[in-house]
Amino acid sequence: MSVDEKTVRRIATLARIGVREEELPALAKELNTIIGFVEQLSEVDTEGVKPFTSPVENTMRWREDAVTDGGYAEQVLANAPAKDDEYFAVPKVVE
Amino acid sequence: MSKLTDLNLAQARDGLVSKAFSAVELTQAHIERVEASDKLNAYVLKTPEKAMQMAKASDAKIASGTHGPLEGLPIGVKDLFCTQGVRTTASSKILGDFIPPYESTVTQNLWTDGAVLLGKLNNDEFAMGSSNETSCFGPVNNPYQGANGENLVPGGSSGGSSAAVAARLGVAATATDTGGSIRQPAAFTGTVGLKPTYGRCSRWGVVAFASSLDQAGPITQTVRDAAIMLGSMASFDSRDTTSVARDVPNYEAALTGNIKGLRVGIPKEYRVDTMPAEIEALWQQGMDWLKQAGAEIVDVSLPHTKYALPAYYIIAPAEASSNLARYDGVRYGVRQEGVDIDDMYANSRAAGFGDEVKRRVMVGTYALSAGYYDAYYVKALQVRRLIAEDFNRAYEKCDVLLTPTTPSAAFAVGKEVEDPLEMYLNDVFTVTVNLAGLPGLSVPAGLDAHGLPLGLQLIGKAFDEEQLLRVGEVLETAAGFTTRPNEWWSA
Repeated sequence: MSVDEKTVRRIATLARIGVREEELPALAKELNTIIGFVEQLSEVDTEGVKPFTSPVENTMRWREDAVTDGGYAEQVLANAPAKDDEYFAVPKVVE
Repeated sequence: MSKLTDLNLAQARDGLVSKAFSAVELTQAHIERVEASDKLNAYVLKTPEKAMQMAKASDAKIASGTHGPLEGLPIGVKDLFCTQGVRTTASSKILGDFIPPYESTVTQNLWTDGAVLLGKLNNDEFAMGSSNETSCFGPVNNPYQGANGENLVPGGSSGGSSAAVAARLGVAATATDTGGSIRQPAAFTGTVGLKPTYGRCSRWGVVAFASSLDQAGPITQTVRDAAIMLGSMASFDSRDTTSVARDVPNYEAALTGNIKGLRVGIPKEYRVDTMPAEIEALWQQGMDWLKQAGAEIVDVSLPHTKYALPAYYIIAPAEASSNLARYDGVRYGVRQEGVDIDDMYANSRAAGFGDEVKRRVMVGTYALSAGYYDAYYVKALQVRRLIAEDFNRAYEKCDVLLTPTTPSAAFAVGKEVEDPLEMYLNDVFTVTVNLAGLPGLSVPAGLDAHGLPLGLQLIGKAFDEEQLLRVGEVLETAAGFTTRPNEWWSA
């Protein structure tokens, strides 16, 4: 499986990373090298093997349904690049 | 009289408690040394005023007999741990001048126990790298230089931590390890690096790279120091769903020096063709040392070792692509405006992420995308289970495993940066441990032909850091590594 420039553009869009046209060939080459390397996994017989998602098999712990934190909007917003009153501000998204 | 900055953590602790010197004196000595270390580029933020305040508070506690286990000990913190009110960047431009309004659990544990913050340490951007060259603050130089005085990498991603400890810019440092990022830099700098069992240290407040692999741990001068640091860093934390509710043992008390009858496994698959003869010889030397101490050497097999790096380079980027989605120029960090919100996201991430981070996010996005999810991501998770089961089978025949930490000593700055795959091979002996969630310890064991440090790795059973540290101390004593780098950086 080889990644072409069109696929790189699609991945970049999905990942929300701006990529200039002239960057596409080099990126395609790098991604192909890495993907070529990981393709070795297809040699391994994994029939019937359950995927391993975490080394810790914790079940989600229950706790009382109570407010234990919060109430400091100014701290939450302290690092925001743009804010308006107690809200994060973003470019207009609704026409 | 030896300098205060020559003391290791245990010695400094004992000196403080016996009032041979004060925390203010010890901290001041380290601050001065840190000030004169800019050529190493280990610290990305120095906090001398905060350090002196903390040291004064420690002296008061020591005077009143209410001191904690790490009281008055000045340490460096990898810039991946959020520190309340102190800039935290993960060495990425995208975080800008992010000032966390909260403290990570691990660093809070350290401050509660009395430690003193000297500053924040350089690392590969978002911990993605094996040489500390992907940092937005530029590379860290290894305190050890090459034969011709050339600058070498300190390993990565915890390169600031390893360089700082090797150069005595703090009695110890915190670090994190996702595929080898504590153990490989420790091996490259003649220091001790401990990656605890997954779930032993809380990940809360640690900038996430690959959440099912990330684990915090210490880089220290000695195995005893690692035991002391882990005792404070480890805890159960309800804010991390993968934190494991187990008591934290007294790790220092586990260092009995007695390993009689211990079975040490030697995995045959780690004998790779390209391994330099001196690493092979050091490995053999390590076996001999442990045998002389009363251990038994057992051959074991970890048949899926070859597939660990390929599995890692799907799983880690996949998790990273998800974790790093939060850096969008909205809630914190740097924003680059665009014609609409999608354009703003794309511009912010294009400007804020470095090349390696972009590569990994894109590989991860690809592996998780429709049509490839089963072929890549699920396949990698299945292989991960086979790798974990390899260890379970090996541990039926042995108690601990001994391997080299890295396939080479430290390399020159700039040497591998152009070839991602060559860089990835640095982690060939360490990455299996993260995939299986096990604890691993790198101990300085010798020097290569150019006088550069080499490490041996011990791999333990899950949550058996006590045994791991016990064997580590025996290995450390046998190796008797006392080399220190020439202090070229202070000239």
